[in-house]
Amino acid sequence: MTNPQIPFVDYLELRPEPHLVAHECTSCAARYFDRRNGCAHCGGRDFRAAPVATTGEVRSFTIVTFAAPGVPVPFVAAVVDCDGTSVRTNLVDVEPSPDVVHLGMTVALTTYVAGTDAEGVDAVNYAFKPLGRAEQ
Amino acid sequence: MTDDLWILGIHMTKFGKHPDEDLVDLAAEAALGALADGGVTMRDVGVLAAGNLLGGVGGIGQLLQKQIGQTGIPVYNVQNACATGATALRTVCMAIKAGEADYGLAVGVEKLSGAGLLGARPRTETSGAWERTGRFGAVGTVDGRIGTETMAGVFAQVGMEYGHKYGGADFELFARISEKNHAHSTLNPLAAYQKKMSLEQIMNDVMIAYPNTRPMCSANTDGAAAAVVVSDAKLRTLSLEQRRRAVKIAASVLTSDPWQEACQVLPDVNTLTRNAARQAYEAAGVGPEDLDLVELHDCFATAELVHYDNLMLCEEGGAVDFFRSGAPWRDGSTPVNVSGGLQSKGHPIAATGIANVWEVATHLRGEAGPRQIEGARVGLAHVIGLGSACGVHVLERAAGVSAPRG
Repeated sequence: MTNPQIPFVDYLELRPEPHLVAHECTSCAARYFDRRNGCAHCGGRDFRAAPVATTGEVRSFTIVTFAAPGVPVPFVAAVVDCDGTSVRTNLVDVEPSPDVVHLGMTVALTTYVAGTDAEGVDAVNYAFKPLGRAEQ
Repeated sequence: MTDDLWILGIHMTKFGKHPDEDLVDLAAEAALGALADGGVTMRDVGVLAAGNLLGGVGGIGQLLQKQIGQTGIPVYNVQNACATGATALRTVCMAIKAGEADYGLAVGVEKLSGAGLLGARPRTETSGAWERTGRFGAVGTVDGRIGTETMAGVFAQVGMEYGHKYGGADFELFARISEKNHAHSTLNPLAAYQKKMSLEQIMNDVMIAYPNTRPMCSANTDGAAAAVVVSDAKLRTLSLEQRRRAVKIAASVLTSDPWQEACQVLPDVNTLTRNAARQAYEAAGVGPEDLDLVELHDCFATAELVHYDNLMLCEEGGAVDFFRSGAPWRDGSTPVNVSGGLQSKGHPIAATGIANVWEVATHLRGEAGPRQIEGARVGLAHVIGLGSACGVHVLERAAGVSAPRG
């Protein structure tokens, strides 16, 4: 039997297929991932849920080798351009090496269990992984 | 009489380890140094702005007054991330410009020796059931799981993003920027580190966040800096020597980050810097080509590259070529960070936005000794604090007075 699952953050939806959902300003279409009081761009107060593309292009990255206590290193942190919406993420299923990770690489959303709480509930987090040539 | 503002006195402490001095000791040294440099006392000062970011002491301005003069003047305690010092300076500029004071004192102080990695807090996990906290409704620490919150990692991505957009920016290029600043630092006795480093040494040092190795990161140090600002009308009543050494504040600008797509995903340090630079050039009536030296916010080697472009020292997209041409070396066409920059001089956060003004002012006065940029007439000092805030000050040598060559 598998554990019940919840998303690691509010803006990750696990079903039907895992994807991110942004708060999109109904006036100017600016997108945000956090809880909003208003739109930082136009001042609008109304937002709609906007699903974000699950594949994208690495616009920037770093390989963190020195982090806060408790954070496993090395890991690849990146900004992925998902069809015009930028997403902050880790890159997984890729060797954390500048010889392998490169700007402009095509990646796809993936999920993994980040931890299980005392009641046996899995928190499922997202990351992006390289999209194989065959899948592109 | 004009509404020009002038730096009358300015001082920075040695940056580095000051184990026997507390925040107030360092702030007092800088403040008293600036007052003495300007030939005035606390009795003359009509407004005080003081900044300290991470010391947790509350009102650093009043704590300083208790040691150097409780004259009852208004005190503004300011915090604006790494732009805190520039914000203090800007605050006294506004007060004087508004006619509320003839003299203002701006002070920035920080003790950071041994502070380690900034921006990263230890990961804490709760036991029991998952609980959502914060604006992302996260059930655990996001740092390290959804990107990075370390400053080295954030600014690494800022530089890599530039590389993605325009090409040509690789690990070696960023390391060469650091090589320049470490070479410059050998001439600055107030720098925390004055050691020349080879490209190989820099590239083979401990990697913090690719492509930033340890010597490519700003150094956590202790230090303070202070400036006395005076109105044009008051300056005209002062001695010839005071007028000769006064440095004109041709522009004092502070901006915050306007909304841009992705700015809440990776901080956009570019737009607010471009905006500040544009406003500063316009206010000062000078262009980037007029600058004899620039102190810009090289908190990481990756940041220096993007600010060549943001401050319009090169054409848009041309920062890599600008660096490769040798322009930002001290013998180049636009010397950048001849102090050694934050990577070697050190980055006591709240002091930085006044210390960079000190560096520029010292050259404009012709008092920079062996590292003097000959005949410097105009310079620019830039800082940026994440969040974000950007301060740009354009300084000019007093007109009609020839500064002695160093």
